[in-house]
Amino acid sequence: MKVLVAVKRVVDYNVKVRVKSDKTGVETADVKFSMNPFDEIAVEEAVRLKEKGGATEVVAVSLGVAQCQETIRTALAMGADRGIHVQTDAELQPLAVAKLLKAICDKEQPQLVIVGKQAIDDDCSQTGQMLAALAGWAQGTFASKVEINGGEMNVTREVDGGLETVSLKLPAVVTTDLRLNEPRYASLPNIMKAKKKPIDALTPEALGVDIAPRLITVKVEEPAKRQGGKKVADVAELVEKLKNEARVI
Amino acid sequence: MAILVFAEHANNAIKPDSLKAIAAATAIGGDVHVLVTGSNVRGAADAAAKVHGVTKVLLADSPSLEHPLAENLSTLVVGLARSYGHVLAAATTTGKNFMPRVAALLDVAQISDIVQVVSSDTFVRPIYAGNALATVQSKDAVKVITVRGAAFSAAAAEGGSAAVEAIEAPAAAGNAKYVGQEISKSERPELTAARVIISGGRGMQNGENFKLLEAVADKLGAAVGASRAAVDAGFVPNDYQVGQTGKIVAPELYIAVGISGAIQHLAGMKDSKVIVAINKDPDAPIFSVADYGLVGDLFQLVPELEKALG
Ligand SMILES: Cc1cc2nc3c(=O)[nH]c(=O)nc-3n(C[C@H](O)[C@H](O)[C@H](O)COP(=O)(O)OP(=O)(O)OC[C@H]3O[C@@H](n4cnc5c(N)ncnc54)[C@H](O)[C@@H]3O)c2cc1C
Ligand SMILES: Nc1ncnc2c1ncn2[C@@H]1O[C@H](COP(=O)(O)O)[C@@H](O)[C@H]1O
Repeated sequence: MKVLVAVKRVVDYNVKVRVKSDKTGVETADVKFSMNPFDEIAVEEAVRLKEKGGATEVVAVSLGVAQCQETIRTALAMGADRGIHVQTDAELQPLAVAKLLKAICDKEQPQLVIVGKQAIDDDCSQTGQMLAALAGWAQGTFASKVEINGGEMNVTREVDGGLETVSLKLPAVVTTDLRLNEPRYASLPNIMKAKKKPIDALTPEALGVDIAPRLITVKVEEPAKRQGGKKVADVAELVEKLKNEARVI
Repeated sequence: MAILVFAEHANNAIKPDSLKAIAAATAIGGDVHVLVTGSNVRGAADAAAKVHGVTKVLLADSPSLEHPLAENLSTLVVGLARSYGHVLAAATTTGKNFMPRVAALLDVAQISDIVQVVSSDTFVRPIYAGNALATVQSKDAVKVITVRGAAFSAAAAEGGSAAVEAIEAPAAAGNAKYVGQEISKSERPELTAARVIISGGRGMQNGENFKLLEAVADKLGAAVGASRAAVDAGFVPNDYQVGQTGKIVAPELYIAVGISGAIQHLAGMKDSKVIVAINKDPDAPIFSVADYGLVGDLFQLVPELEKALG
């Protein structure tokens, strides 16, 4: 069984992002980029499936600028077998990413695609579901546990009220939640080995996909700042303030 | 063109998050139709018909819709969507699960998690864990939107008198089946609907100690939440998690106990009206957003707080 994982290059989750003064977006010059944390979890799950003998090949796919190759190398160092880079400098919105991934699935015929539940830059949480819809496949979103038995899989999903389990026929799409696994750090020898693993280069044009953005960003602004920082001396003062100043209890 | 809102319900009532999605639809303007799905859910449809601002209720009542499987819901909604200008759902795990499928099948964008309606084609949504607000415009024929409940006031559950129209449910997709669920039972209000929330973090040390927070919650009629660290450590179930990737809340009062205030946590609660932080580290970032910060040991302060609440 072949498993495809999608890995997005995003501003590192530790970076305090700042809005650009011209309001066109956030400052991305000179900031650290990393693999989207949910995609690390996706790679880890795919590699574990391979280690357990459930998967035969793990293919890591990233879409975007040239530097996405570094993100793919990280996935290869974690244990993915090969990479596919769809290179473009254009803005990619989830629908376009889903269409590109669908085109890659048509070529690669994976039985399982694992993506993150959400990219921490656009916070969209759409791509996996859109891919499943375009491919006509079942989906297990926000997964905290995945069990494959032959042509089917059980996915335990983190839902608002607790947990839900669904049974899906393969091929299917899974999107990862935080508690699916704890991703490994790539070891130095594996980082060296990853340098020799192949990465195929493709373009949206070659895949025949129209990636034109559907949403126009009118402006990006900073949210209103909270006036916090006041301290109270003790519990008595806190309760008094909550009653008489804030009037919330 | 009219607006279609998918409504979630429980015990013959429309859920608060969906009432907020209806309020967002009303802000866009036009006739608001509500879709109720499930098995034996006439009561919920009748409740939807009473919601203020609703002009029609579509009821898809079928055993195949007993569980909200994305594969089935998306087929149903896509079949309806082309007669609407907008399709809305709450940005709950149900809405987030099936709405992107609807958008993809219609070949349109989805606009996730809107917090403001600027006009019928322009909306504000947070990006980068709420560190930036993007105003986006859609030229798609149908606008598929999920609504962040914390940003809207619920439509009144009473006051309307819409007609209920039964519609056909499509055949169930054969590729996905519901197996079971483990739903956390609680007498407390739901996190996204609570007026007061008290949340615990890694500082709580274990699940047992959450009883300290529950004692305070009992006195305030509060919901209990948690940071990711507390959930990952197994202190409390996953549905307690507040934050960028958990629940987004904006109660009147949010009390953070033993939580450092990482931006991913702040993303889920910084729009609360009043924030209280209890933490032994005076430099914890949570204090920078707190209206009232109390520095000290939570194991002493939380029981004191409980007593002081009488
Ligand atoms: C992709 C991604 C998504 C994430 N999503 C979320 C999310 O949705 N929600 C979320 O919460 N986090 C999320 N996180 C994790 C986040 O970055 C932090 O790691 C997490 O919020 C820390 O939890 P904490 O504050 O409980 O723990 P810590 O940061 O360890 O803080 C514990 C605090 O408790 C205090 N303390 C300890 N003992 C006591 C005591 N006896 N009395 C008083 N105070 C005490 C300490 O001073 C400290 O400030 C996410 C991270 C990533 C990478
Ligand atoms: N440009 C991209 N390259 C690779 N994977 C992507 C890209 N965009 C989105 N994804 C995948 O889709 C997931 C969800 O993204 P989103 O729908 O944008 O929140 C991410 O966690 C990735 O797994």
